[in-house]
Amino acid sequence: MTQPVSPPRGGTDKMAPVSEPPAWRALVFRADVRTLSLLGVLAVLIVIGGITKPDEFLDTRNLQLVLTQASVIGVVTVGMTFVITSGGIDLSVGAIVALASVWATTVATQEYGFGGILFTAVIVGVGCGLVNGLLIAYGGVVPFIATLAMLASARGLALQITDGSTQVVTIEGILDLGERDAYILGIPPLVLVFAVVTIIGWLLLNRTTFGRRTVAVGGNAEAARLAGIDVRRQRLYLYLLSGLCCGIAAFLLIVLSGSGQNTNGNLYELDAIAAVIIGGTLLSGGRGTITGSVLGVLIFTTITNIFALNNLQSDVQQIAKGAIIVAAVLVQRRTAHTT
Amino acid sequence: MAHLTSRRGLLFGTAAVSAGALLTGCTSNESKEDPAANEQSAADDKPGKAVTIGFAGPQADHGWLNAINENAKSRAERYEDVTLEITEGSNDTAQQIGQIETLINKKVDVLVVLPADGKALTQVGLKAMRAGIPVVNLDRIFNSPQAYRCWIGGDNYGMGLNAGHYIGEKLKDKGDARVIELAGLDNLELTQQRTKGFDDALKNYPNIKKVARQAAEFTVESGQAKMAQLLQAQSNFDALWNHDDDQGVGALRAIEQAGRDDFLMVGGAGALSAFQAIKKDDGVLKATVLYPPTMAASAIDLARALGQGKGVGGLAEFEIPASLTLYSAVVDKANVDQYMPTGFK
Repeated sequence: MTQPVSPPRGGTDKMAPVSEPPAWRALVFRADVRTLSLLGVLAVLIVIGGITKPDEFLDTRNLQLVLTQASVIGVVTVGMTFVITSGGIDLSVGAIVALASVWATTVATQEYGFGGILFTAVIVGVGCGLVNGLLIAYGGVVPFIATLAMLASARGLALQITDGSTQVVTIEGILDLGERDAYILGIPPLVLVFAVVTIIGWLLLNRTTFGRRTVAVGGNAEAARLAGIDVRRQRLYLYLLSGLCCGIAAFLLIVLSGSGQNTNGNLYELDAIAAVIIGGTLLSGGRGTITGSVLGVLIFTTITNIFALNNLQSDVQQIAKGAIIVAAVLVQRRTAHTT
Repeated sequence: MAHLTSRRGLLFGTAAVSAGALLTGCTSNESKEDPAANEQSAADDKPGKAVTIGFAGPQADHGWLNAINENAKSRAERYEDVTLEITEGSNDTAQQIGQIETLINKKVDVLVVLPADGKALTQVGLKAMRAGIPVVNLDRIFNSPQAYRCWIGGDNYGMGLNAGHYIGEKLKDKGDARVIELAGLDNLELTQQRTKGFDDALKNYPNIKKVARQAAEFTVESGQAKMAQLLQAQSNFDALWNHDDDQGVGALRAIEQAGRDDFLMVGGAGALSAFQAIKKDDGVLKATVLYPPTMAASAIDLARALGQGKGVGGLAEFEIPASLTLYSAVVDKANVDQYMPTGFK
């Protein structure tokens, strides 16, 4: 009696590959559902903001404000998406932003002007990324530990450079970029930089060999190595990229706040990781989405904006933020399962 | 020798202040002494018995905390009879306990402690007192009066109160005046005290209503972010009280970016940049309420007096007081020159 039952079972097993669409199409479709669910969350938030504070929230200036505030952490998040997609983690992003911002504002402030600040911020970011990358790729240090060490030492160095004081920037050229009349076609310059970094990041991850290698290393590093990918060099490049993004973010923060301070970039690592995870990138690596990460950042910034407009205190904000992270991930899991 | 030492102290102070002045490009003030050297000493200046003071201060990750350490050091250098044993600043409770125990073992004569956390360091304060080392508790207060001989610190409630009264007086003739508050770190008790003082002061002015309050994190970045949101939320208001001048750098930046100048702003703590802005008087910042880092210099004075068994000059008592609360003076354009040398960066 048991024997006749088993052949149909085998039959359905063989049928499965035929009935399912090709793997790549399933992936694309699933990514779309994720993006749509994130857009849904964002839409709900916009409706809430529009209902509670119609005049203030739906104002053009407010839209510009939300995007501007998203820019600094947004650029960091793009870099973080690559690192997490490759199965790594970068805990040092906030500290690198702090170090790059204070270094740029002390070493370069009065003397070398605009270019000096931009150059120093980017170089310090890339330098820190290089150290992270070398330690992880060639030193064999686990990413968690290497970047944790960078977090501690970069913050310490930032503190040492500033002695705890705030480095105020007085160069008009830099400050002008953050002024209210500095908009290019109605878009603040900071937001333009964020947009450009996002587009480059998306192209890099989805349309280049570099992106495919990143996904491959995150999916299965050993298989990637056997397939001829120089896994170590790829990892080095990824932490360099994350450091570069931190350097750019530090420059944006200098423009935004008009100063460098050792407390800059406080807890960016957690915000960036949260945005990447909400966006749908796998913490274990092998799948990454720039669109999702950026939507994650926008969701966070919009929440903060709505809370501030409604004059809710920070304790309420934190509780709600935590709840929304969980809700967003649960909704996403559900939609992903039903397809 | 006495002349040599004090002259060196003076030279050092002068060099430090001039360097600061060069950096900030403001050299309008005539007096060029170190911050603590401007006021009268608590005890008299006549050299007395040699005293070794142990100082366990905070990690200087904020302008005000850095100024605390600097004030303590420069004041101790002024006294040829004082030796300062200074530990590396720390925000870590366990580490600071270890540092204070080391100072106890070294048998310093007096201890000056700004605890990372007053409650958590009470035990080690008690330990020092039992070992016969009097403790001058600076700013963040120990849990038990037995843990210190003398407390000196700022008045957070008074900051709020004085900021509230200043704003109240400015707006008292305005019907339906609207006021907003940019607070500091909300999980610190001092932030609650500052807000309580502010609210209590505003109760005296029935025409004024506080319409919004947001908490920032004492950093420039958070000051900019929170202020930008507040400005978007409140299209019109008459006055703003910001708890801290460091986050005020960010707040002022947000105000500038939003192109707003239709209100008056009062800061807090007494940073050099705030004093300079008040003096220039070309923006919204009209005043700041003090939380003076000179308290660290005064703590050294008190510790020296304790070590030498003296009282405080100008008071009838033979002993120094058990507690001293500094006054949160309001600094505006009228008196800013007087306070300029105490401004911290």
